[in-house]
Amino acid sequence: MYWHNKRLLAGMLTFGLLASPALAFDFGRRATPDEIKLWDIDVGPDGKGLPDGSGTVAQGKQVFSDNCAACHGDNGQGGIKDRLVGGQGTLASDMPVKTVGSFWPYATTLFDYIHRAMPYPTPGSLSTDDTYAVTAYILSLNGIVPADGKLDKASLPKVRMPNRDGFVPEPEFDPARLARKK
Amino acid sequence: MTSKAPIDLLPRPANVSRRGFVGGLSAGILGAVATEAAGAETLADVPDRGPGADLSAHSERSRFAKIDRIPEAGPGKRNIDPGNAINSKTPHQKLVGNITPTDLHYERSHSGVPDLDPAQHRLLIHGMVQKPLVFSVEDLKRMPSISRVVFIECTGNGWENWKKADPELTVQNTHGLVSTNEWTGVPLKFLIDLVSRDKSSSWMLAEGGDGAGVDRSIPLTDEIVNEAFVAYGQNGEPLRPAHGFPMRLVMPGFEGNLNIKWLRRLKFGNQPWMTRWETARYTQLLANGKARQFQLRMETNSVITQPSGMMQIQPGYNRISGLAWSGHGRIASVEISTDGAKTWTQAQLSNPVLPKAQVRFQMDWVWDGKPTRIVSRSTDDKGNVQPDRQSFIAAMGTNALFHYNAQQTWSIDEAGRVRNVLA
Repeated sequence: MYWHNKRLLAGMLTFGLLASPALAFDFGRRATPDEIKLWDIDVGPDGKGLPDGSGTVAQGKQVFSDNCAACHGDNGQGGIKDRLVGGQGTLASDMPVKTVGSFWPYATTLFDYIHRAMPYPTPGSLSTDDTYAVTAYILSLNGIVPADGKLDKASLPKVRMPNRDGFVPEPEFDPARLARKK
Repeated sequence: MTSKAPIDLLPRPANVSRRGFVGGLSAGILGAVATEAAGAETLADVPDRGPGADLSAHSERSRFAKIDRIPEAGPGKRNIDPGNAINSKTPHQKLVGNITPTDLHYERSHSGVPDLDPAQHRLLIHGMVQKPLVFSVEDLKRMPSISRVVFIECTGNGWENWKKADPELTVQNTHGLVSTNEWTGVPLKFLIDLVSRDKSSSWMLAEGGDGAGVDRSIPLTDEIVNEAFVAYGQNGEPLRPAHGFPMRLVMPGFEGNLNIKWLRRLKFGNQPWMTRWETARYTQLLANGKARQFQLRMETNSVITQPSGMMQIQPGYNRISGLAWSGHGRIASVEISTDGAKTWTQAQLSNPVLPKAQVRFQMDWVWDGKPTRIVSRSTDDKGNVQPDRQSFIAAMGTNALFHYNAQQTWSIDEAGRVRNVLA
C-alpha cells in the first residue's frame, strides 16, 4: 500500500545511521550558524527569539500611519483588512469582534507577525525598532500599553493581554500534557 | 434503469424539453449545461467520424467540459474580484470518483502564490537537533520516498452554514474546501533521523516561503512523526505552485493550514510558538467566549454531491452520490436519509477506501415527486459519527467559524429543485 517502501526505508535508515554516517551526510549539507541566524526569526511566548532594539508608542504612531493605516484604518479600526482595536467584552455575544485587543493571547505574537508578514506588500521591511514601536502603538490603541510606553525584548513578553486565559487546548494536543509525556 | 435517468441529476433549463435536454447533455455529468447544442434523437443524428485535431504536448479538457474552481473570500463573500479572494473552491458537483483533478484541488493561500525557482529554494532543519542541515529539492528527490492518497481540508470548509443557509449555494460553495490527491515525498521520520533530533523536543515549527511566512507549531505525537512527509510530487507530477511548489508538508488528517506550502524551515523545540495562525486565526470561539485551541484534526464528514444545491431532479429513478472523509482514519460506512433524517439506508462505498482520504458513496433512489430532504452521515473506523446539526451547534455554538462538520441537508421541492437548508 502506501508504505510499500517501508522495507527500503528501514534499510536506508539502518545503513545510514548505524553503518555509515558519511552516507547520511550525503543528503544536504551542514547549516552554518550565520545563515541560520538569517532565517531564525520566530519569537516564542516567553520572548525567546526577540531581537535587541526598542520602540515607543509615539514612534509607532508614525510607523503605523506610513505603513499600516491604508489597510487597517487610521486608528486600527479596520478597513479593507482586519480591525486591530476594540471588541473587548464581545466574545460571548452573537457578533464577536476578534481584534488584537479582544482576542490575541500573547503580545509576542504581534511582534512576530508584523516582523514576518507585514506590511503586506513588503514583508520584513520594517526595522526592528519600528517593529517594536508599531507593536507598542497597536497595544496602546487597545489600552494595554500606556500612551508614553516603550517596548523591548525584556518588556514585551511581560505585557499581559486581556484574553490571555481565553483559550482551551484540545486535550489530545495540550502542550502541558505533551510536555509531561516526554 | 433507463438510459436517461441519471442525467436528470443535472439542472435543466426551463425552456428546453426533457428529451432535448437529455440528448444535449449525453456527454455526461462532467459537462457544463450546453443549451445551444441539439441532441441526437436517433443514431442517424450522431455526427460523422473524421480526422481530429493534431496531437499535442499537453492535454486540455474537452470544450464541452467546462469545470472551474471559484475564488471566494469569507462566508457570504462570493462573486468577488479574484484579487480579493482568500480561497478557491473545488467543483464537487461536476466531479466523479475519489481523486480530485490536480488543477481543481482547492486552494487557500495567505499571501498569494509565490513564483519559486527550485534551484534557489532551500529547506533548513534546525533547533533541537544535533546536526542542522540545509536541503535542496534535488536532495529530497534522491531520498527514499513514499506516495500516499490523502484528503487535505481547509478548516473553513462548511463555514457558509454556521448561522444560516443561503438557498442559492451549490456544494462547491458549501464544501469546496476539501480535495484528495496522491502526494509523493520524503517521510518526516527520515529527515528527523538525518538531523538527529533531540528526543526531548515535543513540537516542530513549520514555516513557508510565502510572503506571510505562514508558520504553525506541530505536536510531535507518534502518529504525526510516523505519517507526516515533505512532498514534492502531486498526482505524479511536481507540485503545482498553488499547492506549494517546490515542496510542502503533508499532514494526513490534519488542518489544511498545517500542510505548510512552499516549505522552507522546520525547527524543533519543546513548546508551541503561539503564532498568529494558532492563536488569533485558526482557533474556534465557543458560545461562552472561550476558544478551542489546537483542534488540529479534521473531523468525520460527508456530503451528497449529486443531486446537490441548485440542481433539479425528476420523479423516478435517481442515483445519489457523494464524498465522505475522516481525519481519524478510514470511512467505515455512510448512511443516506431521503426523508429528512427519519430513516437511514447504507450507501455503497467505491473502492479503494483509504485512511484519511475521500471516498465516493452511492445509492439508488426512486423519488416519488413529493417534497423531501436528503442528507448523508458518515462513520469512521474509530467509531466517530458525523453529528447532526442540532447536536453539533449545541456543542460548538455558531461563532467557531472553523471545523464545521455537521450533516449537510438538501431540500427538494415539488418541482425537484434542490436547495441548501439547515436541518
